[in-house]
Amino acid sequence: MSNASRIKFLYILMTITLLLVGFFQSWNVALTIFNLCLISSIMTLGINIQWGNAGIVNFGVMGFAALGGLANIIISMPPTQNAWKVGGEIIIIGLLVFTLSIIFSILLFKKSNLNNKIKYLISFAFIISGYFIMRLLVDAPIEKIEAIEPAKTGYLGGFNLPVLLSWPVGGLLAAFSAFIIGKISLGLRSDYLAIATLGISEIIIYFLKNEDWLSRGVKNVNGLPRPVPYEIELQSKEWVLKVSDNLNIPITELSSIIVKLSYSILFSVVLLIVLFLLEIAVKSPWGRMMRAIRDNEVSANAMGKNIKQRHLQVFIIGSAIVGLAGAMLTTLDGQFTPVSYQPLRYTFLIWIMVIVGGSGNNFGSIIGGFLIWFFWVQSEPFGLWFISQITTYISDTSIIKSHLLENAAHIRLMFMGMILLITLRFAPKGLIPEVKR
Amino acid sequence: MDFLNGITLIANYIVIPGLTYGSQLALGALGITIIYSVLRFSNFAHGEFMSFGAMSSIILSWLFVSLGFTFYPFPTAIIVLPIAIVLTISYCIIIDKVIFKFYRKQNSKSVINLIVSIGVMFFTGGLIRFIVGPGDKNFFDGERFILKARTFKNITGLNEGLTLKTTQGITIILSVLLVILLFWFLNKTKTGKSMRAYSDNKELAMLSGINPEKVVLITWIITGTLACVAGTLYGLDKSYKPFTYLHLVLPIFSAAIVGGVGNPVGAIIGGFVIAFSELIITFAYKKIFFYFLPSNFVPEGLLQILSTDYKIAISFLMLVLVLLIKPTGIYKGKII
Repeated sequence: MSNASRIKFLYILMTITLLLVGFFQSWNVALTIFNLCLISSIMTLGINIQWGNAGIVNFGVMGFAALGGLANIIISMPPTQNAWKVGGEIIIIGLLVFTLSIIFSILLFKKSNLNNKIKYLISFAFIISGYFIMRLLVDAPIEKIEAIEPAKTGYLGGFNLPVLLSWPVGGLLAAFSAFIIGKISLGLRSDYLAIATLGISEIIIYFLKNEDWLSRGVKNVNGLPRPVPYEIELQSKEWVLKVSDNLNIPITELSSIIVKLSYSILFSVVLLIVLFLLEIAVKSPWGRMMRAIRDNEVSANAMGKNIKQRHLQVFIIGSAIVGLAGAMLTTLDGQFTPVSYQPLRYTFLIWIMVIVGGSGNNFGSIIGGFLIWFFWVQSEPFGLWFISQITTYISDTSIIKSHLLENAAHIRLMFMGMILLITLRFAPKGLIPEVKR
Repeated sequence: MDFLNGITLIANYIVIPGLTYGSQLALGALGITIIYSVLRFSNFAHGEFMSFGAMSSIILSWLFVSLGFTFYPFPTAIIVLPIAIVLTISYCIIIDKVIFKFYRKQNSKSVINLIVSIGVMFFTGGLIRFIVGPGDKNFFDGERFILKARTFKNITGLNEGLTLKTTQGITIILSVLLVILLFWFLNKTKTGKSMRAYSDNKELAMLSGINPEKVVLITWIITGTLACVAGTLYGLDKSYKPFTYLHLVLPIFSAAIVGGVGNPVGAIIGGFVIAFSELIITFAYKKIFFYFLPSNFVPEGLLQILSTDYKIAISFLMLVLVLLIKPTGIYKGKII
């Protein structure tokens, strides 16, 4: 099958599957799956531009997504007035001191021509003293801030701006940290890069889990503002009542369908914009250059391409897209829960999507995101069904049967592993392979 | 007396836990390092192999206990360890034959192998949760302490107690034995030498008549053994939960890289460096200062460098530092 017909076939198949879920399960479920499919495929696009087009292994998806989520808090939550009175500024100053000490050490390394050992000693001393000065400044105000109504606030809060603004800001936040992470780790070989990015993303999550003054940590931030109306508001609108009468759908169900549908529209618009920009980028000379670097670094370097700079560039772009998707995800959830960021669900699942969809092909990434998310959600009920089918002949009272049924949900991890392994074995280029240009 | 109290405090809260956790990490890192130096890829599934080993020990020890075999004062899991090791090795070899062999024959890039190992990680993780469930499993039986805090206080008359849990003792002793055995095997036996030759230069080794499949088989036998022992010991010490092993794989990678990937001595050193830096950085030094300084010099606060919540993050921090300063690790890697 040619690529174009593969795309058509798979996209139609996916549409039909979602419609079937709508008809047979419920439209609410179908739309919930659809929304998360959209977000997953945006994340997948971000990783695909790094891996598929530039050959960079970024296992830090989880961290960037979480930073995108953090943007929601910073942008849309109301500021905690007392927290700023108690010493919010001092925290900022403390962080600045620490940052300056790091910047100084970097400058020392770049500019001075001292002996290497002396450089290490001086910069070590600088960073350590910067850290302790920060702690001296910051510890007391943090304690005070976290003591302000800990059940409700206990953190700095945000800027009280429209929540939609947090999507681009999430992208920027991720891009900024990608710049730093890229500077640290992009010189490494692929395996090391994978482990380094995974490690750094874990550090980010630990930071968000424990710095209560910023993100309320494990206490979560609930009640993030929404870009779409609330169900309750909709239920009192006249046109909703009319539609509910005409279509004969209960008003509560209809209102939640409308909410989800409006999210779908917002997400689809973002997906289309990202896809459009990426397609232009991939087809442009820039895209050709990235692929040339991916296929042969040495010769690309000989042609005068600055490999480090280009890698950093694509690392930032891809991570920004992941951050954008992460911000959208948190907006959809309406809450920021640092504990929910698990490498299995974020980093590795997104990677399965990229590989299965077809690395190097944007349309492949989208279908990969859709298919794998669909399987991820539906394999839990499927596993239950499967186990209950094969255990029909075992008596209901047997321990084995109840044990199997209890753990059936975990079949989905096996299922995901199998999908990845089968793809890598029999279709290593993915469902929609990269276009030969 | 104050001086002795301070020493006891350090021994109780840093030295003994550090040695225990360090040996667990070192055994895990050894497994990763050996796979890396022979098969040339980073095995993300290693954590799940450890989990598989621990699961085998748990099921076997349940079986033994239900049949009435207990070996007081030793935990049953240690007695059934040999059988669990055989199970883990068989699982590793089956996975290798079914999955990794194909990519080895194709000479795939190490990144592809890495992604394959993620598939194996998912599959194994699911299998384990399917068999024993995701919940917490405590499978420790036998005598809990070798040395109790109160006994120590009574014997020495110090204020600070020193505890040594049975699991800690077993972990340290077993790790030392296993490491000695491993180094003896690698350096003194013919098979071990052929393995080192293979990892050093594959083509040359094959030309000299070394059977590559045999080397790979032995590699998995060693890896399976290390994974099973490390997993069981970690589970005994901290109670078993399938979920934690995914998180354990990162400190283990840090240990391997900090020590120098591919170098077994490095893996061991790396394990202890990671374990001790976690403990030293998150330890609250107030009490130590209380013993070592005159009382009016003792500063306020807990005197922690970082809060205990960051314990695991420190291993990643060490990893990043080492990658920045010396990417080859403490010992240069790639040779067994």
